[in-house]
Amino acid sequence: MVRLITHNLLACHAKGCTSNNFPLKLQDVAIEVREAEFNPDFVRGFLPRLEWKALVQAARELGDTSLPEEMPEMVDDGFLKNLHHVLLEIHIDEGAMICPNCGHTYPISNGIPNMLLAEHEIG
Amino acid sequence: MIPTPDLSHLKRADYEHVYEPAEDTFILLDALEEDASALLEAKPLVCLEIGSGSGCVSSFVGSILGSSCLCISTDINHHAALATLRTGSQNKTAIDSVIANLTSPLRTRLRHNIDLLVFNPPYVPTVDEEVCDAQGGRNIEGSWAGGKDGMQVTDMVLDQLDDLLSPQGRFYLVAVKENDVPGIQGRMLNRYGFQSEVVLQRRAGREHLYVVRFVR
Repeated sequence: MVRLITHNLLACHAKGCTSNNFPLKLQDVAIEVREAEFNPDFVRGFLPRLEWKALVQAARELGDTSLPEEMPEMVDDGFLKNLHHVLLEIHIDEGAMICPNCGHTYPISNGIPNMLLAEHEIG
Repeated sequence: MIPTPDLSHLKRADYEHVYEPAEDTFILLDALEEDASALLEAKPLVCLEIGSGSGCVSSFVGSILGSSCLCISTDINHHAALATLRTGSQNKTAIDSVIANLTSPLRTRLRHNIDLLVFNPPYVPTVDEEVCDAQGGRNIEGSWAGGKDGMQVTDMVLDQLDDLLSPQGRFYLVAVKENDVPGIQGRMLNRYGFQSEVVLQRRAGREHLYVVRFVR
């Protein structure tokens, strides 16, 4: 499944595409919200591993504006719940992810992103 | 006792395209189960399984770690990626299944960020061309054909390990005798300073199976 937590970890890896290759732009996506168990320790622990701006941008592309532009210094339960929802409960079932640099398209089908490259695109 | 994941949703037809769990899968489950409390204590946030096949192992890891860890899986075979996703939902373990060649699209962002890495590689010694065909074909042959010494695909992951593992990260690798386990351990120590230990070994038919655990 593609949740925004995973989207935040995927970068374009086509041959020669080494800068501005993240975050992949979401296109024509079909999303579904599925409830997940809230684990505040996990969400708090994961914060330093996130590319915050990329996450906020992706969430906004999907119509979720609950996250602040900048990562807050004070982390309260309300914030963690919003972050939990954005990271783990929004599922992208169909659509595509486009590299902002080289324009490579990675399709998402049945909730699975296809990140394979053709032989000549492998670096 | 952690139950073996329920795979009743996968049928004969699925196993024409996806590797069916066998002794090599079960020795890996047993090794992870033995280490379950240590794994929980280490509080991993990111687990990656390379070549998840049916999703049996990722789902098992998911049932050990629950909501405390993100479980991502990759497989080059799209049938396997789908089977993994289905096994995750059948067992109520969240697995973010990705179709990818080893770790490629994750290497930038997961650099030094993988706390638990698991790989049951194609370890069967075959002629080299067979590996290219098998991985290139992105099908079930890719789940076992390992090239010279059965190490062609495993070596690619071993060479990335230093880049992938977080400071507290652990790596569990399945191997067979023909892979020369002491040789692998020696190379990883000398080249990268990885400590390793054979945590389980057993004979299963013609195969002598090992699970090796690497840490920094």
